[in-house]
Amino acid sequence: MAEGREAPRPAATVMLAVEDLARHFDVSRPLLQRLLAGEGRRSLKAVDGVSFEIPRGTTLSLVGESGCGKSTVARLVVGLYPPSRGGIRFDGLPLEQARADAAQRRRMQMIFQDPYASLNPRWRVLDIIAEPIRAFGLVSGAAAQRARVAELLTQVGLSPLDGEKFPHEFSGGQRQRISIARALSSHPEFLVCDEPTSALDVSVQAQILNLMKDLQARLGLTYLFISHNLAVVRQVSDQIGVMYLGRLVELAEAETLFTAPRHPYTRALMEAIPDLEMTGRQRIPVGGEVPSPIDPPPGCPFHPRCPLVADRCRREMPLLLPPRSQVGTVVACHAVEEGRDPPPAPAGGDQRIGTTATAL
Amino acid sequence: MAVAAALSRALDSDLWWSFRRSPVTILSAVVALVCILGAALSPWLAPHDPFDLATLNLGDAFKPPSWSAEGDLLYPLGTDDQGRDMLSAIMYGARISLLVGVSAVVFSILVGVGIGLLAGYLGGVTDGVLMRIADIQLTFPSILIALLVDGVVRAALPRELHDRIALFVVIFAIGISAWPQFARTVRGSTLVERNKEYVLAARVIGISQLRIMLTHVLPNVVGPVLVIATLGLSSAIITEATLSFLGVGVPPTQPSLGTLIRIGNDFLFSGEWWITIFPGAALIAMVLSVNLLGDWLRDALNPRLR
Repeated sequence: MAEGREAPRPAATVMLAVEDLARHFDVSRPLLQRLLAGEGRRSLKAVDGVSFEIPRGTTLSLVGESGCGKSTVARLVVGLYPPSRGGIRFDGLPLEQARADAAQRRRMQMIFQDPYASLNPRWRVLDIIAEPIRAFGLVSGAAAQRARVAELLTQVGLSPLDGEKFPHEFSGGQRQRISIARALSSHPEFLVCDEPTSALDVSVQAQILNLMKDLQARLGLTYLFISHNLAVVRQVSDQIGVMYLGRLVELAEAETLFTAPRHPYTRALMEAIPDLEMTGRQRIPVGGEVPSPIDPPPGCPFHPRCPLVADRCRREMPLLLPPRSQVGTVVACHAVEEGRDPPPAPAGGDQRIGTTATAL
Repeated sequence: MAVAAALSRALDSDLWWSFRRSPVTILSAVVALVCILGAALSPWLAPHDPFDLATLNLGDAFKPPSWSAEGDLLYPLGTDDQGRDMLSAIMYGARISLLVGVSAVVFSILVGVGIGLLAGYLGGVTDGVLMRIADIQLTFPSILIALLVDGVVRAALPRELHDRIALFVVIFAIGISAWPQFARTVRGSTLVERNKEYVLAARVIGISQLRIMLTHVLPNVVGPVLVIATLGLSSAIITEATLSFLGVGVPPTQPSLGTLIRIGNDFLFSGEWWITIFPGAALIAMVLSVNLLGDWLRDALNPRLR
């Protein structure tokens, strides 16, 4: 699948630029209890200083464990939450301005994780898919809207007759196709996909991913793809960002990340990918738990679990920097910066990790 | 064709299945239907018109029910002090009771569902303020609220005007006393629905909050409202009867079941028991059957009890 990505891309204008994005949630207890207990406000730093750019027509994926803030980034990017800090520019425009303008808002859409919750159970599929068409006034007249919905249903591999049915009459994969049809109905250019396949069977996951890639090739879509599944991510991405506790710890070209992961956390994730060839490869498990984002550790957020931890990691937050002798990657790690980490491509291992991941 | 399809779907549903398996529910449905039809169609079904003074004959006053020795077949449930046929008076009275009950519940639903949706969807300060108001009101018995509203309106309006709109005042008083239940239920379900992804999808498109509340959230939260409305109908009828019994409810020109019970109460100890017992029995039959229907509906729609 990497081969398809080599094709010349359209001029690398940036579709979405995110700069020092942060979102803090207030998780304080109610005022009265706070006063009685004599404690202050507490905030959960779901996202804390994330920056990336997505060139038009490409896919950037964010991966990470549950609670690392990747879904929050997705929701910030479409304006479902206002950011606490930092800026988002959509096709050069500040996001707030783009969201206020229907003509710009039409160009961004979102596909959700749970196909059982993302379709209103009381609405017919026809009305679900036609909602953006009606909201933006794209097609007028009931007959023309019907025709457009039929076209969209065909485009995602469903029957035009399915428009008359209700969501509960469909399987998870079919529902996700309906969700995609709804997202496509406003002719978007940028799609935010929040774990679009994680609720689906593996065989259906592949179908949905292929559909999404096919649509990207045909319609020139730009994707922000959120997932915790490295195999899925490898299949669809141009760039991959690895998140840990609300921060990007590594951002790299997709193949580079899989062949030469640099951050200790990324390496640990790669180690965790199951290995079909049963090479008996030594795995180094990561101990401990993800710390609470309400009370993150000082310095590098990964230091309590990091095998390469040094004094500096406990005091100083590492910045995203390109490591020596490698292009196409930025890593937030003192060990990598100082060259304390083991060489990126130890003999054997990683290629095989790749094959397993691609097998899906 | 469409009607036939809808009918066959209804007969095939879980609701119908659980209805058929519950004899109590079938019985209450029959009783409720008889009460409602008898009340609604009283001008056509009742043997006499209790409000037509021309047909009243004081000589027929205090006739006992037809099966007793002095009974008259013309008046199956006896007559009152004016010679009015009790059966007709009960049917006309039930009509008023039902009218007030249904209107009050509809009014409660409009207010309660609206406030519940707003509080649940907007959250924050709006939610806090609206729900505290509901909590405060819930600490008072609803009959007290209704009495208070009725008393205030009675004092504020000139007597002549009040008599003309008395029915609406009662509806308003009872309706306003019952909204918090609807508001709390709807708020609870709205809190669940508003974070579902289909609501987020609508927000991404940029649908307005009001539109999302009405077209997306509302259809998904009205299920439990139906149950409370059924149970609320019986308590609204009881509240109305209580108000009328206390003499502050509907005007005496439009006697409801409560009014009849109050009038009959004066004769209870002089032996004319039928003047108060029959309206009371009619009230019990109506309220109990509606209540049992509501209980059944609540259980049938509760997925955890299936």
